[in-house]
Amino acid sequence: MQEKDLIPHLYRTEFRKITAVLSKLFGIAHIEVAEDIVGDTFLLAAETWGLKGLPNNPTAWLYTVAKNKAKDFLKRDALFTQKISAEIKHSTAETHEIEIDLSGKNMQDSQLQMMFAICHPGIPPEAQIGLSLRILCGFGIDEIADAFLSNKETINKRLFRGREKLKELNVKIELPLEAEINKRIHNVLTTLYLLFNEGYYSTTRDKVLRKDLCLEAMRLTYMLIENESTNKPGVNALLSLMCFHASRFDARTNPKGELVLYDEQDTSLWNHELIAKGEYYLNKAATGDEISKYHLEAAIAYWHTNNDQPKWEKILQLYNKLLIIEYSPIAALNRTYALSKVYGKEMAIDEAEKLSLNKNHLYHTLLGDLYSTIDDVKAIQHLESALKLTRSSADKKLISNKIKKLCGQ
Amino acid sequence: MNEFVLIFRNDFQPEVKFSPDEMQAIMQQWQNWMGGIAAQNKLASSGNRLGGDGKTVKPGNIVTNGPYAEIKEMISGFIIVTADSIEEASEIAKGCPILNVGGNVEVRNIIPMNN
Repeated sequence: MQEKDLIPHLYRTEFRKITAVLSKLFGIAHIEVAEDIVGDTFLLAAETWGLKGLPNNPTAWLYTVAKNKAKDFLKRDALFTQKISAEIKHSTAETHEIEIDLSGKNMQDSQLQMMFAICHPGIPPEAQIGLSLRILCGFGIDEIADAFLSNKETINKRLFRGREKLKELNVKIELPLEAEINKRIHNVLTTLYLLFNEGYYSTTRDKVLRKDLCLEAMRLTYMLIENESTNKPGVNALLSLMCFHASRFDARTNPKGELVLYDEQDTSLWNHELIAKGEYYLNKAATGDEISKYHLEAAIAYWHTNNDQPKWEKILQLYNKLLIIEYSPIAALNRTYALSKVYGKEMAIDEAEKLSLNKNHLYHTLLGDLYSTIDDVKAIQHLESALKLTRSSADKKLISNKIKKLCGQ
Repeated sequence: MNEFVLIFRNDFQPEVKFSPDEMQAIMQQWQNWMGGIAAQNKLASSGNRLGGDGKTVKPGNIVTNGPYAEIKEMISGFIIVTADSIEEASEIAKGCPILNVGGNVEVRNIIPMNN
Protein backbone atom coordinates (compact mmCIF):
# COMPACT_ATOMS: atom_id res chain seq x y z
CA MET A 1 0.00 0.00 0.00
CA GLN A 2 1.21 3.51 -0.86
CA GLU A 3 2.15 5.66 2.10
CA LYS A 4 -0.37 8.33 1.13
CA ASP A 5 -3.16 5.72 1.14
CA LEU A 6 -2.20 4.30 4.49
CA ILE A 7 -3.82 6.91 6.76
CA PRO A 8 -7.19 6.95 4.95
CA HIS A 9 -7.13 3.15 5.03
CA LEU A 10 -6.33 3.02 8.74
CA TYR A 11 -8.93 5.69 9.38
CA ARG A 12 -11.49 3.47 7.69
CA THR A 13 -10.53 0.34 9.64
CA GLU A 14 -9.40 1.69 13.03
CA PHE A 15 -11.46 4.84 13.71
CA ARG A 16 -14.60 2.86 14.44
CA LYS A 17 -12.88 0.29 16.65
CA ILE A 18 -11.20 2.81 18.93
CA THR A 19 -14.25 5.09 18.98
CA ALA A 20 -16.50 2.22 20.01
CA VAL A 21 -14.19 1.21 22.87
CA LEU A 22 -13.73 4.78 24.12
CA SER A 23 -17.44 5.57 23.85
CA LYS A 24 -18.20 2.54 25.91
CA LEU A 25 -15.61 3.59 28.47
CA PHE A 26 -16.86 7.19 28.70
CA GLY A 27 -20.54 6.35 28.43
CA ILE A 28 -23.10 7.20 25.76
CA ALA A 29 -23.23 10.89 26.77
CA HIS A 30 -19.66 11.39 25.60
CA ILE A 31 -19.57 9.75 22.19
CA GLU A 32 -18.47 13.02 20.67
CA VAL A 33 -15.48 13.24 23.03
CA ALA A 34 -14.49 9.75 21.92
CA GLU A 35 -14.83 10.73 18.26
CA ASP A 36 -12.74 13.87 18.84
CA ILE A 37 -9.97 11.99 20.61
CA VAL A 38 -9.71 9.47 17.79
CA GLY A 39 -9.90 12.25 15.22
CA ASP A 40 -7.05 14.10 16.97
CA THR A 41 -5.03 10.89 17.04
CA PHE A 42 -5.26 10.63 13.27
CA LEU A 43 -4.40 14.29 12.87
CA LEU A 44 -1.28 13.76 14.94
CA ALA A 45 -0.44 10.66 12.91
CA ALA A 46 -0.65 12.63 9.68
CA GLU A 47 1.69 15.32 11.04
CA THR A 48 4.19 13.04 12.78
CA TRP A 49 4.42 10.33 10.15
CA GLY A 50 4.88 12.95 7.46
CA LEU A 51 7.86 14.42 9.29
CA LYS A 52 9.48 11.42 10.93
CA GLY A 53 8.42 8.62 8.66
CA LEU A 54 6.18 5.68 9.40
CA PRO A 55 6.39 3.91 12.76
CA ASN A 56 7.12 0.18 12.70
CA ASN A 57 3.62 -0.72 13.63
CA PRO A 58 1.26 2.13 12.64
CA THR A 59 -1.82 0.52 14.15
CA ALA A 60 -0.14 0.00 17.52
CA TRP A 61 1.06 3.61 17.35
CA LEU A 62 -2.52 4.78 16.89
CA TYR A 63 -3.76 2.67 19.79
CA THR A 64 -1.05 3.96 22.12
CA VAL A 65 -1.64 7.59 21.22
CA ALA A 66 -5.42 7.22 21.49
CA LYS A 67 -5.06 5.53 24.87
CA ASN A 68 -2.80 8.29 26.17
CA LYS A 69 -5.09 11.00 24.86
CA ALA A 70 -8.05 9.30 26.51
CA LYS A 71 -6.19 9.03 29.82
CA ASP A 72 -5.01 12.64 29.60
CA PHE A 73 -8.50 13.73 28.93
CA LEU A 74 -9.91 11.83 31.89
CA LYS A 75 -7.22 13.24 34.20
CA ARG A 76 -7.27 16.81 32.94
CA ASP A 77 -10.89 17.70 32.83
CA ALA A 78 -11.90 18.33 36.41
CA LEU A 79 -15.61 18.36 35.78
CA PHE A 80 -15.28 15.23 33.75
CA THR A 81 -13.27 13.58 36.51
CA GLN A 82 -15.94 14.34 39.07
CA LYS A 83 -18.80 13.19 36.95
CA ILE A 84 -17.45 10.32 34.96
CA SER A 85 -14.33 9.02 36.59
CA ALA A 86 -16.38 8.11 39.63
CA GLU A 87 -18.31 5.71 37.49
CA ILE A 88 -15.24 4.37 35.77
CA LYS A 89 -13.36 3.87 39.03
CA HIS A 90 -16.40 2.20 40.41
CA SER A 91 -16.60 -0.19 37.49
CA THR A 92 -12.88 -0.91 37.38
CA ALA A 93 -12.62 -1.65 41.11
CA GLU A 94 -10.74 1.44 42.22
CA THR A 95 -7.64 0.95 40.13
CA HIS A 96 -5.62 4.13 39.89
CA GLU A 97 -4.44 3.55 36.35
CA ILE A 98 -7.38 3.44 34.01
CA GLU A 99 -7.22 0.39 31.76
CA ILE A 100 -8.21 0.92 28.19
CA ASP A 101 -8.72 -2.43 26.54
CA LEU A 102 -7.98 -2.20 22.82
CA SER A 103 -7.83 -5.94 22.26
CA GLY A 104 -9.50 -7.41 19.20
CA LYS A 105 -12.25 -9.02 21.22
CA ASN A 106 -13.16 -5.89 23.14
CA MET A 107 -13.16 -3.82 19.97
CA GLN A 108 -15.47 -6.32 18.28
CA ASP A 109 -17.80 -6.51 21.29
CA SER A 110 -17.90 -2.74 21.67
CA GLN A 111 -18.84 -2.22 18.02
CA LEU A 112 -21.60 -4.80 18.25
CA GLN A 113 -22.93 -3.19 21.42
CA MET A 114 -22.70 0.22 19.82
CA MET A 115 -24.78 -1.04 16.90
CA PHE A 116 -27.61 -1.99 19.26
CA ALA A 117 -27.26 1.29 21.18
CA ILE A 118 -27.56 3.40 18.02
CA CYS A 119 -30.52 1.35 16.86
CA HIS A 120 -32.46 2.07 20.05
CA PRO A 121 -36.11 2.54 19.02
CA GLY A 122 -36.07 6.09 20.44
CA ILE A 123 -33.55 7.32 17.85
CA PRO A 124 -35.04 8.58 14.56
CA PRO A 125 -34.15 6.32 11.58
CA GLU A 126 -32.21 9.00 9.68
CA ALA A 127 -30.07 9.68 12.74
CA GLN A 128 -29.54 5.92 13.18
CA ILE A 129 -28.06 5.63 9.71
CA GLY A 130 -26.04 8.81 10.09
CA LEU A 131 -24.62 7.75 13.45
CA SER A 132 -23.90 4.28 12.10
CA LEU A 133 -21.96 5.75 9.20
CA ARG A 134 -20.02 8.02 11.55
CA ILE A 135 -19.34 5.76 14.50
CA LEU A 136 -19.50 2.25 13.03
CA CYS A 137 -18.14 2.91 9.56
CA GLY A 138 -15.76 5.80 10.31
CA PHE A 139 -17.26 8.03 7.63
CA GLY A 140 -16.38 11.72 7.70
CA ILE A 141 -19.11 14.37 7.76
CA ASP A 142 -18.38 15.19 4.10
CA GLU A 143 -18.76 11.59 3.05
CA ILE A 144 -22.04 11.21 4.96
CA ALA A 145 -23.30 14.41 3.34
CA ASP A 146 -22.33 12.98 -0.06
CA ALA A 147 -24.01 9.66 0.65
CA PHE A 148 -27.26 11.40 1.64
CA LEU A 149 -26.97 13.99 -1.19
CA SER A 150 -27.08 16.57 1.56
CA ASN A 151 -24.77 19.18 3.06
CA LYS A 152 -22.47 19.26 6.08
CA GLU A 153 -24.70 21.50 8.19
CA THR A 154 -27.72 19.23 7.79
CA ILE A 155 -25.70 16.14 8.63
CA ASN A 156 -24.05 17.79 11.63
CA LYS A 157 -27.47 18.80 12.94
CA ARG A 158 -28.80 15.31 12.39
CA LEU A 159 -25.89 13.67 14.17
CA PHE A 160 -26.14 16.21 16.99
CA ARG A 161 -29.81 15.44 17.50
CA GLY A 162 -29.06 11.70 17.42
CA ARG A 163 -26.35 12.04 20.08
CA GLU A 164 -28.60 14.26 22.21
CA LYS A 165 -31.34 11.66 22.02
CA LEU A 166 -28.92 8.89 23.06
CA LYS A 167 -27.93 11.04 26.05
CA GLU A 168 -31.49 11.89 26.94
CA LEU A 169 -32.58 8.25 26.87
CA ASN A 170 -29.35 7.26 28.64
CA VAL A 171 -28.95 4.32 26.27
CA LYS A 172 -26.50 1.73 27.58
CA ILE A 173 -23.71 0.54 25.31
CA GLU A 174 -24.23 -3.13 25.94
CA LEU A 175 -25.74 -6.11 24.21
CA PRO A 176 -29.36 -6.25 25.36
CA LEU A 177 -30.93 -9.38 26.81
CA GLU A 178 -32.22 -12.08 24.45
CA ALA A 179 -35.81 -10.78 24.41
CA GLU A 180 -34.66 -7.20 23.77
CA ILE A 181 -32.22 -8.38 21.06
CA ASN A 182 -35.15 -9.96 19.24
CA LYS A 183 -37.04 -6.68 19.42
CA ARG A 184 -34.18 -4.37 18.51
CA ILE A 185 -32.55 -6.55 15.86
CA HIS A 186 -35.37 -5.51 13.54
CA ASN A 187 -34.12 -1.91 13.71
CA VAL A 188 -30.50 -3.02 13.42
CA LEU A 189 -31.29 -4.96 10.24
CA THR A 190 -33.32 -2.09 8.81
CA THR A 191 -30.38 0.26 9.37
CA LEU A 192 -27.93 -2.15 7.75
CA TYR A 193 -30.35 -2.71 4.87
CA LEU A 194 -30.72 1.03 4.30
CA LEU A 195 -26.98 1.50 4.61
CA PHE A 196 -26.42 -1.10 1.92
CA ASN A 197 -29.15 0.31 -0.33
CA GLU A 198 -27.74 3.79 0.09
CA GLY A 199 -24.55 2.47 -1.47
CA TYR A 200 -26.20 0.24 -4.04
CA TYR A 201 -28.94 2.49 -5.36
CA SER A 202 -27.80 6.01 -4.50
CA THR A 203 -27.20 8.33 -7.39
CA THR A 204 -24.02 9.82 -5.97
CA ARG A 205 -21.42 9.86 -8.70
CA ASP A 206 -18.57 8.51 -6.63
CA LYS A 207 -18.54 4.79 -7.34
CA VAL A 208 -15.79 4.06 -4.82
CA LEU A 209 -17.75 5.62 -2.00
CA ARG A 210 -20.84 3.66 -2.95
CA LYS A 211 -18.96 0.37 -2.99
CA ASP A 212 -17.43 1.21 0.39
CA LEU A 213 -20.89 1.79 1.86
CA CYS A 214 -22.01 -1.63 0.67
CA LEU A 215 -18.92 -3.34 2.04
CA GLU A 216 -19.29 -1.61 5.41
CA ALA A 217 -22.92 -2.72 5.64
CA MET A 218 -21.83 -6.29 4.84
CA ARG A 219 -19.04 -6.17 7.40
CA LEU A 220 -21.43 -5.06 10.15
CA THR A 221 -23.96 -7.72 9.17
CA TYR A 222 -21.22 -10.33 9.26
CA MET A 223 -20.35 -9.15 12.76
CA LEU A 224 -23.88 -10.05 13.85
CA ILE A 225 -23.47 -13.53 12.36
CA GLU A 226 -20.17 -14.06 14.17
CA ASN A 227 -21.83 -13.43 17.51
CA GLU A 228 -23.89 -16.37 18.70
CA SER A 229 -26.67 -14.37 20.35
CA THR A 230 -27.29 -12.25 17.26
CA ASN A 231 -26.83 -14.96 14.62
CA LYS A 232 -30.53 -15.10 13.66
CA PRO A 233 -32.06 -16.46 10.42
CA GLY A 234 -33.07 -12.94 9.34
CA VAL A 235 -29.45 -11.75 9.69
CA ASN A 236 -28.25 -14.58 7.43
CA ALA A 237 -31.00 -13.75 4.94
CA LEU A 238 -29.89 -10.11 4.88
CA LEU A 239 -26.25 -11.01 4.33
CA SER A 240 -27.29 -13.43 1.58
CA LEU A 241 -29.24 -10.65 -0.11
CA MET A 242 -26.25 -8.31 0.16
CA CYS A 243 -23.89 -10.93 -1.31
CA PHE A 244 -26.17 -11.51 -4.32
CA HIS A 245 -26.52 -7.79 -4.99
CA ALA A 246 -22.83 -7.10 -4.45
CA SER A 247 -21.97 -9.89 -6.91
CA ARG A 248 -23.30 -7.63 -9.67
CA PHE A 249 -21.54 -4.50 -8.53
CA ASP A 250 -19.03 -4.41 -11.38
CA ALA A 251 -21.51 -5.52 -14.03
CA ARG A 252 -24.12 -2.86 -13.33
CA THR A 253 -22.08 0.14 -14.45
CA ASN A 254 -20.05 0.47 -17.64
CA PRO A 255 -16.57 2.06 -17.76
CA LYS A 256 -18.22 5.47 -18.35
CA GLY A 257 -20.08 5.06 -15.05
CA GLU A 258 -23.48 4.63 -16.70
CA LEU A 259 -26.00 2.14 -15.34
CA VAL A 260 -26.29 -1.16 -17.20
CA LEU A 261 -29.69 -2.82 -16.91
CA TYR A 262 -29.92 -6.34 -15.57
CA ASP A 263 -30.90 -7.82 -18.94
CA GLU A 264 -27.90 -6.25 -20.64
CA GLN A 265 -25.28 -7.08 -18.02
CA ASP A 266 -22.18 -9.03 -18.95
CA THR A 267 -22.68 -12.06 -16.70
CA SER A 268 -18.97 -12.86 -16.86
CA LEU A 269 -18.48 -9.75 -14.71
CA TRP A 270 -20.66 -11.22 -11.96
CA ASN A 271 -18.62 -12.20 -8.93
CA HIS A 272 -19.19 -15.93 -8.55
CA GLU A 273 -17.54 -16.13 -5.18
CA LEU A 274 -20.13 -13.71 -3.81
CA ILE A 275 -22.94 -15.62 -5.51
CA ALA A 276 -21.73 -18.80 -3.78
CA LYS A 277 -21.63 -16.93 -0.46
CA GLY A 278 -25.13 -15.66 -1.08
CA GLU A 279 -26.33 -19.23 -1.54
CA TYR A 280 -24.47 -20.34 1.58
CA TYR A 281 -26.13 -17.71 3.80
CA LEU A 282 -29.52 -18.28 2.19
CA ASN A 283 -29.30 -21.92 3.26
CA LYS A 284 -28.23 -20.82 6.74
CA ALA A 285 -31.25 -18.51 6.84
CA ALA A 286 -33.63 -21.40 6.16
CA THR A 287 -34.15 -22.28 9.82
CA GLY A 288 -36.91 -21.32 12.22
CA ASP A 289 -40.41 -20.50 11.07
CA GLU A 290 -40.10 -16.81 10.32
CA ILE A 291 -39.96 -15.70 6.70
CA SER A 292 -38.77 -12.11 6.75
CA LYS A 293 -38.73 -9.72 3.84
CA TYR A 294 -34.99 -10.32 3.71
CA HIS A 295 -35.60 -14.03 3.08
CA LEU A 296 -37.91 -13.19 0.19
CA GLU A 297 -35.63 -10.54 -1.26
CA ALA A 298 -32.63 -12.85 -0.97
CA ALA A 299 -34.58 -15.61 -2.74
CA ILE A 300 -35.53 -13.16 -5.51
CA ALA A 301 -31.88 -12.12 -5.85
CA TYR A 302 -30.92 -15.81 -5.95
CA TRP A 303 -33.26 -16.44 -8.89
CA HIS A 304 -31.85 -13.40 -10.64
CA THR A 305 -28.40 -14.99 -10.62
CA ASN A 306 -29.93 -18.02 -12.28
CA ASN A 307 -30.69 -18.24 -15.97
CA ASP A 308 -33.14 -21.16 -15.96
CA GLN A 309 -36.37 -20.28 -17.69
CA PRO A 310 -39.06 -20.95 -15.10
CA LYS A 311 -37.36 -18.43 -12.87
CA TRP A 312 -39.82 -15.59 -13.58
CA GLU A 313 -42.70 -17.60 -12.15
CA LYS A 314 -40.71 -18.09 -8.94
CA ILE A 315 -39.77 -14.43 -8.86
CA LEU A 316 -43.39 -13.39 -9.38
CA GLN A 317 -44.58 -15.59 -6.50
CA LEU A 318 -41.83 -14.22 -4.25
CA TYR A 319 -42.81 -10.63 -5.07
CA ASN A 320 -46.44 -11.49 -4.33
CA LYS A 321 -45.41 -12.77 -0.91
CA LEU A 322 -43.10 -9.82 -0.31
CA LEU A 323 -45.87 -7.33 -1.07
CA ILE A 324 -48.30 -9.18 1.19
CA ILE A 325 -45.76 -8.82 4.05
CA GLU A 326 -44.79 -5.23 3.30
CA TYR A 327 -45.84 -2.85 0.55
CA SER A 328 -43.25 -0.77 -1.27
CA PRO A 329 -43.58 0.99 -4.63
CA ILE A 330 -40.38 -0.61 -5.95
CA ALA A 331 -41.63 -4.12 -5.09
CA ALA A 332 -44.96 -3.32 -6.75
CA LEU A 333 -43.15 -2.24 -9.94
CA ASN A 334 -40.82 -5.23 -9.92
CA ARG A 335 -43.77 -7.56 -9.41
CA THR A 336 -45.45 -6.07 -12.46
CA TYR A 337 -42.30 -6.57 -14.50
CA ALA A 338 -42.15 -10.24 -13.41
CA LEU A 339 -45.85 -10.56 -14.30
CA SER A 340 -45.10 -9.36 -17.84
CA LYS A 341 -42.38 -12.01 -18.14
CA VAL A 342 -44.80 -14.77 -17.10
CA TYR A 343 -48.16 -13.66 -18.53
CA GLY A 344 -47.23 -11.16 -21.21
CA LYS A 345 -47.23 -7.40 -21.58
CA GLU A 346 -51.01 -6.83 -21.98
CA MET A 347 -51.84 -8.35 -18.64
CA ALA A 348 -48.97 -6.49 -17.00
CA ILE A 349 -50.20 -3.17 -18.45
CA ASP A 350 -53.63 -3.76 -16.88
CA GLU A 351 -52.03 -4.43 -13.51
CA ALA A 352 -49.54 -1.58 -13.83
CA GLU A 353 -52.26 0.97 -14.49
CA LYS A 354 -53.90 0.09 -11.18
CA LEU A 355 -50.76 0.99 -9.22
CA SER A 356 -51.36 4.76 -9.15
CA LEU A 357 -47.69 5.67 -8.95
CA ASN A 358 -48.00 8.54 -11.42
CA LYS A 359 -45.30 10.62 -9.76
CA ASN A 360 -42.72 7.83 -9.84
CA HIS A 361 -40.30 7.92 -12.79
CA LEU A 362 -39.72 4.16 -12.54
CA TYR A 363 -43.46 3.63 -12.95
CA HIS A 364 -43.42 5.51 -16.24
CA THR A 365 -40.23 3.77 -17.33
CA LEU A 366 -41.91 0.42 -16.71
CA LEU A 367 -45.04 1.41 -18.64
CA GLY A 368 -42.81 2.73 -21.42
CA ASP A 369 -41.16 -0.70 -21.65
CA LEU A 370 -44.48 -2.56 -21.48
CA TYR A 371 -46.12 -0.42 -24.17
CA SER A 372 -43.17 -0.60 -26.54
CA THR A 373 -44.03 -2.84 -29.56
CA ILE A 374 -47.70 -2.74 -28.42
CA ASP A 375 -48.33 1.00 -28.66
CA ASP A 376 -45.15 2.94 -29.34
CA VAL A 377 -46.87 6.34 -29.09
CA LYS A 378 -48.01 5.58 -25.55
CA ALA A 379 -44.60 4.10 -24.78
CA ILE A 380 -42.89 7.35 -25.78
CA GLN A 381 -45.40 9.41 -23.77
CA HIS A 382 -44.59 7.41 -20.64
CA LEU A 383 -40.86 7.60 -21.20
CA GLU A 384 -41.13 11.37 -21.62
CA SER A 385 -43.02 11.61 -18.33
CA ALA A 386 -40.27 9.51 -16.74
CA LEU A 387 -37.63 11.83 -18.15
CA LYS A 388 -39.35 14.84 -16.56
CA LEU A 389 -39.60 13.12 -13.18
CA THR A 390 -36.11 11.73 -12.74
CA ARG A 391 -33.30 13.78 -11.28
CA SER A 392 -30.50 11.27 -11.77
CA SER A 393 -28.37 11.91 -14.83
CA ALA A 394 -27.65 8.17 -15.24
CA ASP A 395 -31.40 7.46 -15.40
CA LYS A 396 -31.98 10.40 -17.75
CA LYS A 397 -29.43 9.01 -20.17
CA LEU A 398 -30.97 5.54 -19.99
CA ILE A 399 -34.48 6.86 -20.66
CA SER A 400 -33.33 9.12 -23.51
CA ASN A 401 -31.71 6.13 -25.19
CA LYS A 402 -34.96 4.18 -24.95
CA ILE A 403 -36.88 7.07 -26.51
CA LYS A 404 -34.33 7.34 -29.31
CA LYS A 405 -34.65 3.63 -30.00
CA LEU A 406 -38.46 3.86 -30.21
CA CYS A 407 -38.23 6.84 -32.53
CA GLY A 408 -36.07 4.70 -34.79
CA GLN A 409 -32.94 6.76 -34.29
CA MET B 1 -59.74 4.97 3.22
CA ASN B 2 -62.24 2.43 4.49
CA GLU B 3 -61.81 -1.24 5.11
CA PHE B 4 -63.91 -3.93 3.55
CA VAL B 5 -63.93 -7.64 4.18
CA LEU B 6 -64.22 -9.91 1.16
CA ILE B 7 -65.85 -13.19 2.16
CA PHE B 8 -65.40 -16.13 -0.19
CA ARG B 9 -68.16 -18.69 -0.51
CA ASN B 10 -68.42 -21.77 -2.63
CA ASP B 11 -70.15 -25.13 -2.73
CA PHE B 12 -68.70 -27.64 -0.37
CA GLN B 13 -67.50 -30.52 -2.50
CA PRO B 14 -65.41 -32.88 -0.37
CA GLU B 15 -65.45 -35.46 -3.17
CA VAL B 16 -63.42 -33.21 -5.48
CA LYS B 17 -59.73 -33.94 -5.09
CA PHE B 18 -57.01 -31.96 -6.80
CA SER B 19 -53.68 -33.25 -8.03
CA PRO B 20 -50.57 -31.51 -6.65
CA ASP B 21 -50.17 -29.71 -9.98
CA GLU B 22 -53.75 -28.50 -9.92
CA MET B 23 -53.33 -27.39 -6.30
CA GLN B 24 -50.20 -25.52 -7.32
CA ALA B 25 -52.03 -23.78 -10.16
CA ILE B 26 -54.92 -22.80 -7.84
CA MET B 27 -52.51 -21.47 -5.21
CA GLN B 28 -50.75 -19.47 -7.89
CA GLN B 29 -54.01 -17.81 -8.98
CA TRP B 30 -54.74 -16.78 -5.42
CA GLN B 31 -51.20 -15.53 -4.85
CA ASN B 32 -51.33 -13.49 -8.05
CA TRP B 33 -54.68 -12.00 -7.14
CA MET B 34 -53.62 -11.11 -3.60
CA GLY B 35 -50.20 -9.92 -4.79
CA GLY B 36 -52.00 -7.63 -7.23
CA ILE B 37 -54.08 -6.11 -4.42
CA ALA B 38 -50.99 -5.75 -2.25
CA ALA B 39 -49.14 -4.10 -5.16
CA GLN B 40 -51.81 -1.37 -5.06
CA ASN B 41 -51.19 -1.07 -1.32
CA LYS B 42 -54.80 -2.04 -0.68
CA LEU B 43 -54.39 -5.32 1.20
CA ALA B 44 -55.14 -4.55 4.85
CA SER B 45 -55.01 -8.19 5.95
CA SER B 46 -54.31 -11.39 4.07
CA GLY B 47 -57.04 -12.94 6.23
CA ASN B 48 -57.34 -16.69 6.55
CA ARG B 49 -58.43 -19.78 4.69
CA LEU B 50 -61.05 -21.85 6.45
CA GLY B 51 -61.08 -25.66 6.42
CA GLY B 52 -64.01 -27.98 5.88
CA ASP B 53 -64.26 -29.18 9.48
CA GLY B 54 -66.87 -27.33 11.44
CA LYS B 55 -69.68 -27.48 13.92
CA THR B 56 -72.64 -25.23 14.52
CA VAL B 57 -73.68 -24.55 18.10
CA LYS B 58 -77.32 -23.65 18.69
CA PRO B 59 -79.32 -22.73 21.80
CA GLY B 60 -80.21 -25.65 24.05
CA ASN B 61 -76.89 -27.47 23.76
CA ILE B 62 -77.57 -28.46 20.19
CA VAL B 63 -74.38 -29.01 18.23
CA THR B 64 -74.60 -30.03 14.61
CA ASN B 65 -71.78 -31.18 12.38
CA GLY B 66 -70.54 -28.95 9.65
CA PRO B 67 -70.83 -25.26 9.06
CA TYR B 68 -73.01 -25.95 6.04
CA ALA B 69 -76.09 -27.44 7.69
CA GLU B 70 -78.54 -24.96 6.28
CA ILE B 71 -76.59 -23.19 3.61
CA LYS B 72 -75.33 -24.87 0.52
CA GLU B 73 -72.49 -22.42 0.20
CA MET B 74 -69.73 -22.52 2.73
CA ILE B 75 -67.42 -19.70 3.76
CA SER B 76 -63.96 -20.79 2.65
CA GLY B 77 -61.96 -17.73 3.62
CA PHE B 78 -61.68 -13.97 3.78
CA ILE B 79 -59.32 -11.07 3.28
CA ILE B 80 -59.55 -7.40 4.22
CA VAL B 81 -58.92 -4.65 1.68
CA THR B 82 -58.79 -0.87 1.89
CA ALA B 83 -60.79 1.08 -0.66
CA ASP B 84 -62.48 4.47 -1.04
CA SER B 85 -65.90 2.95 -1.58
CA ILE B 86 -67.76 -0.33 -1.61
CA GLU B 87 -67.83 -0.02 -5.40
CA GLU B 88 -64.04 0.02 -5.50
CA ALA B 89 -63.91 -2.95 -3.12
CA SER B 90 -66.34 -4.83 -5.39
CA GLU B 91 -64.12 -4.00 -8.35
CA ILE B 92 -61.21 -5.67 -6.51
CA ALA B 93 -63.43 -8.67 -5.74
CA LYS B 94 -64.09 -9.20 -9.48
CA GLY B 95 -60.64 -10.71 -9.86
CA CYS B 96 -61.10 -13.32 -7.13
CA PRO B 97 -60.24 -16.85 -8.31
CA ILE B 98 -63.21 -18.30 -6.41
CA LEU B 99 -65.40 -16.90 -9.21
CA ASN B 100 -63.72 -19.35 -11.63
CA VAL B 101 -65.02 -22.35 -9.70
CA GLY B 102 -68.64 -21.25 -9.26
CA GLY B 103 -68.15 -19.48 -5.95
CA ASN B 104 -68.96 -15.90 -5.02
CA VAL B 105 -67.55 -13.05 -2.98
CA GLU B 106 -69.52 -11.13 -0.39
CA VAL B 107 -68.21 -7.58 0.08
CA ARG B 108 -68.99 -5.95 3.43
CA ASN B 109 -67.92 -2.70 5.00
CA ILE B 110 -66.16 -2.92 8.35
CA ILE B 111 -67.49 -0.61 11.04
CA PRO B 112 -64.52 0.98 12.81
CA MET B 113 -64.25 0.19 16.53
CA ASN B 114 -64.88 3.74 17.74
CA ASN B 115 -68.17 4.22 15.85
